[in-house]
Amino acid sequence: MSDIAERVKKIVVEHLGVEAAQVKEEAKFIDDLGADSLDTVELVMAFEEEFGIEIPDDAAEKIQTVGDAIGFIKGTAKS
Amino acid sequence: MFDLTGKAALVTGASGGIGGAIARALHKQGAIVTLSGTRAEALEELKTSLGERAHVVAARMDDPADIDRLAKEAEAAMGGRLDILVNNAGITRDNISMRMKDEEWEKVLQVNLTGTFRLTRAAMRGMMKRRFGRVINITSIVGVTGNPGQANYAAAKAGLIGMSKSLAQELASRGITVNCLAPGFIATPMTDVLTDDQKKAILGRVPADRLGTPDEIAAGVVYLASDEAAYVTGQTLHINGGMAMI
Repeated sequence: MSDIAERVKKIVVEHLGVEAAQVKEEAKFIDDLGADSLDTVELVMAFEEEFGIEIPDDAAEKIQTVGDAIGFIKGTAKS
Repeated sequence: MFDLTGKAALVTGASGGIGGAIARALHKQGAIVTLSGTRAEALEELKTSLGERAHVVAARMDDPADIDRLAKEAEAAMGGRLDILVNNAGITRDNISMRMKDEEWEKVLQVNLTGTFRLTRAAMRGMMKRRFGRVINITSIVGVTGNPGQANYAAAKAGLIGMSKSLAQELASRGITVNCLAPGFIATPMTDVLTDDQKKAILGRVPADRLGTPDEIAAGVVYLASDEAAYVTGQTLHINGGMAMI
């Protein structure tokens, strides 16, 4: 499952152009990683593509940190 | 200039006078086009006359499920892409406001404004991913000047302008432009029904002293759709023979 965390972090690094060291699980996309609201939409789209899942809008709104994203994806992969 | 080779375009209301001309013009510049509208037969005819690089997806703009299906099927038909969206579909239900029924008001808003928003939202996702998009909303001179008997139509068309400016600001950083094109009085089946007296009265307000042609509107769409217009966003291009200078 750590594989999921790595893949999520890689997408965040590529998409937001931030250093890998900044992408900690508690890092907030908007407050800590400089994302704007459209970036968060694009990140969700990228996660959907990478993991072949669908993230509904109400769930997407709750994904605010790197850890939130990893948690959601892990939960979806299990079910 | 204005080469659209390889670009994928969806035109709604393509069975109408202006929509048909827009589809032809985009196609002539090299774009793949998907024709949408409610009259499947007229769309098929246009498709046949265009030949290659043309597809038909009929849809109703007052049906949310149909709009989502349209976006998906158009993208699928054009190799998974939708670069240029021309929201041209529109209806009128004219009546003086004192007599206007709720359903006349609602229908026009639903098709002309809400339907356009829904289709644009559905198309945005792919455009954002590809970092390229051209959304061109066909509004109307009456959305800026108003017109007696068209409170519903003018409200919807003015709504498109405000909507486009907001979307333009949201999407500019992703290479997507959102503009409006506002025709004045254009010779189409919609204006054919006017009496000679009505036409005379209209022309009295048009410095060019003639109705516009659908091709003159289509030329504006080609420009806004082009790579050359990448720095134009949130604007309304008025093509009206000088009828209103805004």
